[in-house]
Amino acid sequence: MPLRLLKYALSKEHPAPRFFKAHETPKKSYDVVIIGGGGHGLAAAYYLAKDHGITNVAVLEKGYIGGGNTGRNTTIVRSNYLTPEGVNFYDASVKIYEGLSEELDLNLFYSTRGHFTLAHTESAIRTMRWRAEVNKHVGVESRVVGPDEIAKACPQLDLSCSGQAPILGALFHAPGSVARHDGVAWGYARGADRLGAEIFQNTEVLSIDVKNGKVCGVKTNKGYIETKQVLSAVAGFTPRITEMVGLETPIVIHPLQACVTEPMKPWLDSILVSGSLHVYVSQSSRGELVMGSSLDPYEVHSTRSTLDFVEGLTSHMLDMFPFLSNVKVVRQWAGMADMTPDFAPIMGKTPIEGFYLDAGWGTWGFKATPISGKTMAQTIANDSAPDLIHSFRLSRFEDYELTGEKGAASVGH
Amino acid sequence: MKLLNCPINGTRPLSEFIFGGEYRVAPDQDSCSDAQWAAYVHNRNGSPGDKKEWWYHSPSGTWFIAERNTLTDKVSRTYLLSNANLNPALESAQ
Ligand SMILES: Cc1cc2nc3c(=O)[nH]c(=O)nc-3n(C[C@H](O)[C@H](O)[C@H](O)COP(=O)(O)OP(=O)(O)OC[C@H]3O[C@@H](n4cnc5c(N)ncnc54)[C@H](O)[C@@H]3O)c2cc1C
Repeated sequence: MPLRLLKYALSKEHPAPRFFKAHETPKKSYDVVIIGGGGHGLAAAYYLAKDHGITNVAVLEKGYIGGGNTGRNTTIVRSNYLTPEGVNFYDASVKIYEGLSEELDLNLFYSTRGHFTLAHTESAIRTMRWRAEVNKHVGVESRVVGPDEIAKACPQLDLSCSGQAPILGALFHAPGSVARHDGVAWGYARGADRLGAEIFQNTEVLSIDVKNGKVCGVKTNKGYIETKQVLSAVAGFTPRITEMVGLETPIVIHPLQACVTEPMKPWLDSILVSGSLHVYVSQSSRGELVMGSSLDPYEVHSTRSTLDFVEGLTSHMLDMFPFLSNVKVVRQWAGMADMTPDFAPIMGKTPIEGFYLDAGWGTWGFKATPISGKTMAQTIANDSAPDLIHSFRLSRFEDYELTGEKGAASVGH
Repeated sequence: MKLLNCPINGTRPLSEFIFGGEYRVAPDQDSCSDAQWAAYVHNRNGSPGDKKEWWYHSPSGTWFIAERNTLTDKVSRTYLLSNANLNPALESAQ
């Protein structure tokens, strides 16, 4: 038993250790204000302090930390994207994730499982080959495998999918992993707090003060805060924040839903994704099957969930795994995905001086938490975005230089 | 089951409909700047509220307009597109 725990057994006092200080009232001014206490905002605060020594920073979260999409996602981490820009960027994130439990001194249950994107058609196989070649070129371990190898990794899978959509092969991506999502938010929060950043929960940004094209402060439900640099890292709330500063973007909000089954003994090692059946599934460290599907088909700013979703998803799950017919779904929920037309994020500077955007994370942003925190911290510290995120700049739309990740992101996460 | 009212076929299950995005007016392509055109092509009004949207009833091939609140997902009315229908002054007369 670790000494940390043992000392509570011997003592009469059992104070609950806090992860970060519970600040109530923000100061009059900060060097940097971060809107949104999801993984991205908290990681940015951590790397601002750690990499750049910028610690006079406030993270403002209108609810509780990790309560947005960070705590609602299905935690798939991978880098088998389609464009070299995407593969390089997500690969940098996977590399940070691999050592993150150690760095943050918190067990994030980061578990490398191997990730299969199943192909049920010839045209899907063609896209898999394309992705595999781009991945290999950049140095990322992905290859096209046949049904034998899939059967070996997952003997429970019905390769004919009930005769509906026989599996012809898959893109296998060895580094594919899952992690404990709220652990990521809490780990970065504690790290940022220890280095001097201040985290405020129940603190909502109501408006942003811009004078002569420059940020000068934010109004919150806990008073006015002066600052020259504001980072918006609010995922599904992005259009409400950009509206405050009069900035137009292509982002639209669609709900993305997920659900879990009751816990079972471990039987599913790999992460499986089927674009044709609109299913992705992995088994969590608690034994639940964590399942998701495609985006809801129309715009709604809400985290409501629907029966249509579980019915559609479970019928496809039974095509793949008929033996699960007696297993119960115990929980379902939704998040608000901030979608972009090219399935790539929008990161970096904006036409408003001191207003930085980290958004457009849609259905794919959990895996990017470490690298987006790091690169946004760099962007704020130097007032200039690093090369790694150049292709994700907001002005790419005006330049007609879209990134084209749709082929790798439509259902897989 | 969620339902939607098609102006031609009446109330039908939502699964028969396809969302076509917000109703938008293109800038005049001869006189607008490149930046204005790029903004029209890519940018969207993503913030929540009452919107006029294109919807398509796929079994009958009918495109029509629905007025819907994107925060509450409540549809207030649906109608075929015509100048008269889009003119707010005429709304109360209907
Ligand atoms: C069901 C589902 C499954 C997903 N699966 C995956 C996956 O498998 N892999 C993957 O990589 N990605 C996945 N994603 C996407 C991923 O969850 C997100 O892209 C990512 O978590 C975004 O993190 P964030 O920190 O930017 O945003 P969030 O975690 O959403 O944090 C934003 C925070 O901002 C706060 N906020 C908003 N407005 C204000 C305001 N005015 N003032 C103060 N605070 C404010 C919110 O309360 C929220 O806590 C999934 C998403 C969903 C919904």
